[in-house]
Amino acid sequence: MHLVVQAIILGLLTGGVYALMASGLTLAFGVMRVINVAQGAMIVAGAYVSYTLFTDFHIDPFVSIVLMAPAAFAVGVLLQLVFLRPLRSDEREELSLLVTWAIALGIEGVLSVIYTTTYRATLPGYVNDSLTVAGYRIAVVRLVAFGISGVILLLLYLVLHRTRLGRSIRATVQNPTAARLLGVDAERVSAYGFGLSVATATAAGAVFGMVEPFNPGSHYDLISRLLTIVVLGGLGSLTGAVLAALVMGVSEAVLAATISPTWSSLVFFVILIGVLVVRPQGLMGATERGRL
Amino acid sequence: MRTVTVPGLARGLGFTALFAAFPFVFTESWVVNIGIFTVMYAALATAWNVLGGFSGYLSLGNAAFFGMGAYGEAILFQHISIGSGYRPFWVLPLIGLGVAVAVLPVAWVAVRTRAATFAIVTISMLFIAQQLAFNLHSLTNGAQGLVMPLPPFPNTTFERPFYLAMVAVLALSVLLSWYVATGRLGLMLFAIRDDEDRARGLGVHTTYAKLFAVAISAGLTAMAGGVWAYYIGFIYPQFAVDPLVTIGAVLMAFLGGRGTIWGPTLGALILVPAQQYLAFSEGASELYLVAYAAIFLGVMLLMPRGILPSIADLVAARRSSNGAHRADGPRAEMPEAVT
Repeated sequence: MHLVVQAIILGLLTGGVYALMASGLTLAFGVMRVINVAQGAMIVAGAYVSYTLFTDFHIDPFVSIVLMAPAAFAVGVLLQLVFLRPLRSDEREELSLLVTWAIALGIEGVLSVIYTTTYRATLPGYVNDSLTVAGYRIAVVRLVAFGISGVILLLLYLVLHRTRLGRSIRATVQNPTAARLLGVDAERVSAYGFGLSVATATAAGAVFGMVEPFNPGSHYDLISRLLTIVVLGGLGSLTGAVLAALVMGVSEAVLAATISPTWSSLVFFVILIGVLVVRPQGLMGATERGRL
Repeated sequence: MRTVTVPGLARGLGFTALFAAFPFVFTESWVVNIGIFTVMYAALATAWNVLGGFSGYLSLGNAAFFGMGAYGEAILFQHISIGSGYRPFWVLPLIGLGVAVAVLPVAWVAVRTRAATFAIVTISMLFIAQQLAFNLHSLTNGAQGLVMPLPPFPNTTFERPFYLAMVAVLALSVLLSWYVATGRLGLMLFAIRDDEDRARGLGVHTTYAKLFAVAISAGLTAMAGGVWAYYIGFIYPQFAVDPLVTIGAVLMAFLGGRGTIWGPTLGALILVPAQQYLAFSEGASELYLVAYAAIFLGVMLLMPRGILPSIADLVAARRSSNGAHRADGPRAEMPEAVT
């Protein structure tokens, strides 16, 4: 029992970080029907930048988030303008998968040239500290990572619900045509939405770099998890993504602790298939109709 | 509507003969090696096209079928010891059929989803397959991989049997594509691509049509995987279930023209030699990734409909301006590209 509770704690903490990673993905889909397969590569890129800032300039990874986020936002806006805007809106959903996959390959290639394919990890002095609460060990880094993810998700929520940009974004998610008729500049909202999504990716990357070792190829593993999370949660639903991320974190950790670590990562796919049999639109998604 | 015309038959046989004659004209083994990969990708892209091009269901998990075929071949070698020489080629149809049937239960769940969700579910399938290849240790030997005995082919023409086997798989793929596109199943798939809800309303059994397309696509892909495994002689999980295989096939189908019969082959004929040349001249595989990404982005942004549909448009525009209408063998029957 102790083992299971310990695993649940670990799973919730890991799931929180995955929730942050998945939030950008589901946001980008909600706003402009773009599936960003490069999200994983952007997380890895964020992890590398924060690694360099830490090892060469001694900037704490958590501080580096504040430095990287604005730059990442700008990169996101630029990527949207150059690669995603030209896609025809009726096939954007599917073509975006391929275009962003190509972007992911490009990022992987550039990272491999700069950093080679050796595994790295950002290791600040406090990386091995842990707390003991009621007999359960909690790694400080994971706790802080969970906290930071929570704070960023809260900020994202506030941006979406308390600002003018947020209102435009939500309007575009609900009904793009009506939003445009009411004066929402859809192109600008899409660009900013993608910028936000990339910013959350790099922030998540800084956190990721401390809890897992990574190399340029790590993005395949990340994106396969993240995509399953957003599909399980329902494409475009932020709450669904957070919920699904926590489900994934907990089920994987519990199975790793009780049955076998080699099989635990498959459990999530089993859950996904099970949910899709009952609800093809995911936990909180809307049914897709009409033309593919 | 399916009529075998003399020019059509001649074209099919002509292309097959041309492809098959290649290793007898260019005998250097590195040239035939590039030929093997070109024909393999042509077959993979054509197989992908049966589902992705005809029905519009963008499958990104075909590398899983490829890996299943490769492992199928290797496991037959290891555990049942089917011998070497030409025998492994004869079990390929069996592997194709086996994989086509084996994927049906998962495919049934996958085709319940649509559009982007379907694409993502197929990506998950790819990673499940890779994970299984790692974990089913007694069958796949895990991360160490499987080794196949060296085939007893003479050194000078070592590549030739593999090349010809790939050509056979490609010919079968193109033939099946044509058969599907010109028949009832093709009509159903095109109707699904245009508007699935309306197609179902009109009485198209959509699930059946989609599953049939998945099975054909999976079986053909697995056969190419089987030949590949025998040629390479050594497979392990990341190598046999490689996302780049999917991406390559999809890219080639897009470049040549998805939904057409010869488009995917054309795409492979252009891209694979270019890709091999890049890999050869750049050496480092990392720059090769960047170049690949650049080509991909260029194709997607500049020619999202592909070469053959673009040419068909040009020809159609010229013809209608001349007021001349002339049937042109099977090309006139070629299904319209995605509009």
